[in-house]
Amino acid sequence: MRKIISNILTAMVYIFLFAPIAVLVFFSFNDSKSLSVFSDPSFRWYRELLRDRNTLEAVRNSLILAASATGVATVMGTGAAWGIDRLRSRWYRSVINTVTDIPMTNPDIITGISLMLMFVFAGRLFGMRNTLNFGTMLIAHVTFCLPYVILQVLPKLQQMDRALPEAAMDLGCTPFRAFLKVELPEMLPGIITGSIMAFTMSLDDFVISYFTSGTGFETLPIRIYSMTKKTVTPKMYALATIIFFVTLSLLLVINHIENSQDKENQKKEKQAIN
Amino acid sequence: MKKKFKTMILLLSAALAMVLSGCGGSSDKLVLNVYNWGEYISDGSDDSLDTIRAFEDWYEEEYGTKVTVNYSTYPSNEDMYSKLASGAASYDVIIPSDYMIARMAKEGMLQPLNFDNIPNYQYINQSFHGLYYDPEDTYSVPYTYGIVGVIYDANKVDEADTGSWDLMWNEKYAGDILQYNNSRDAFGTAMYKLGIDVNTTDKAQWDRAAEELINQRGLVKSYVMDEIFNMMESGEAAIGSYYAGDYFVMKEAQAEQVDLRFYYPENTNFFVDAMCIPTCAQNKELAEIFINFMLSEQAAVANAEFISYASPNRLVYENRAYIEDMGQDAMEVLYPELGDFAEKYNKLAYRNMDGEMLDYLNSLWETIKLN
Repeated sequence: MRKIISNILTAMVYIFLFAPIAVLVFFSFNDSKSLSVFSDPSFRWYRELLRDRNTLEAVRNSLILAASATGVATVMGTGAAWGIDRLRSRWYRSVINTVTDIPMTNPDIITGISLMLMFVFAGRLFGMRNTLNFGTMLIAHVTFCLPYVILQVLPKLQQMDRALPEAAMDLGCTPFRAFLKVELPEMLPGIITGSIMAFTMSLDDFVISYFTSGTGFETLPIRIYSMTKKTVTPKMYALATIIFFVTLSLLLVINHIENSQDKENQKKEKQAIN
Repeated sequence: MKKKFKTMILLLSAALAMVLSGCGGSSDKLVLNVYNWGEYISDGSDDSLDTIRAFEDWYEEEYGTKVTVNYSTYPSNEDMYSKLASGAASYDVIIPSDYMIARMAKEGMLQPLNFDNIPNYQYINQSFHGLYYDPEDTYSVPYTYGIVGVIYDANKVDEADTGSWDLMWNEKYAGDILQYNNSRDAFGTAMYKLGIDVNTTDKAQWDRAAEELINQRGLVKSYVMDEIFNMMESGEAAIGSYYAGDYFVMKEAQAEQVDLRFYYPENTNFFVDAMCIPTCAQNKELAEIFINFMLSEQAAVANAEFISYASPNRLVYENRAYIEDMGQDAMEVLYPELGDFAEKYNKLAYRNMDGEMLDYLNSLWETIKLN
């Protein structure tokens, strides 16, 4: 009895999670524009998507922005985590921790508006007319991605034995070399998950991008949102389908790599013990 | 490990370089910033003309200078307004709707156009001169217009019952009627039905319209905006009100057992979207050249076909290929007799309401929805 109920619950969770995506994928192959009447199966919307210069550019913009924001946020966040870990005063450390978490706990709309106001104010100060551009969007994205990286990297440092880098230096490493050889490998899993999180957050973000975007750099979420005057075209279903399957296969590949790495590590450990 | 660190530093410096180039530069190159509704220009899909690229090519050929069009989109007049009002971004060409043009002109956010640079303005239908939002034709060049009508499923609705707003109150079709889920448009249907001025400041008149909407409640299947597309196409509902241009989209996608038709009631709402140049524009002459290009036959026809709203441009609605593509039926729906358009439009179209009236309207709307 219990098993049946738990199976039903599991099934329901999966249905709620994936039914919308299934509907979207299904209708992306619809020949007509409708979301309720399926006329003929066809690749019409995929063909049209490939011809839609503006949408493809929006996709490219989103990817460029997410990649650059991730790069900057990862480097800054790793550095910040390393620094926070080294703070002596416990009180000071918790203050810094809280402050860096603010962009994550703040509602997006407040982060977005306050960033926009700041950019406009600074722009006025320097007499610029087109204040908002790629640069402002990048700063905004780095701002909200940063806490995710710090949050992932910091625990890895705290788990690490503090004596390890000291031992390395005892054995003749320069501090920089000790960092590269000992601390960085310890942090690496945190850095990777942190940067993946930063990337998805940046790619997803609508609200903050909306307030900080200017002329000529339009990301995909903004473009889709602005289609609501008329109905969203099925081209977007096609695009969402492609994005869904690309991320799915990426996740599978990452999982596979991680699994095989784990196995190798286990082997090595066994050999070391033997 | 060293390699990974190096790539990180490379990434960082690349990102920094991008930021820096984003802030500086761009002064010697010609850039035109266009801000338009989403899906509101021909973009090259379905073998149509990519209007923006066509303009860039044409300009380079004509003037020998390269121009880059930065094209971005917005979902509503209010979004566009707040972006411009924040002063954060400057656009050269915008395409607001009528009431927003009136408001922006009043607030000094629009520049008078130099029509010497827009010779194609002569092709705009005479009926579109002297409309209320721009009575002297100083700030705007009409881009599209549309008229609200009633859409019905001929397989369910008796032809004899059609023709006026009464159809949306007809008890025979209880549970098959869709009403707007938007206070202004919903009140509009009731007020046109009762013959009340939709821009009245007399609260008693608004109360009358509210009563009419409450009477209709029991007949309404649901209050919808864009959901109307799916519900009409699939035959879930049989009666609804929307723009003529959107009716074609539904007609094209209707299910087999559905036969959608369309008519204009006597009094109804009109909208006009028009091209304007905001005060913050950085290159006014280039913007005017762009507007002129959008009025040229090739670009205007491509846009009209893509958007499927009516065009006020003679070069479009007299273009033979366009008429053939749209079909006779569609032409009749999209382009009804315009004889007294300006007069009708100025009398019937929604205008900007002041804050107090809007609050009153919204409180009435709340009570209707709660009842």
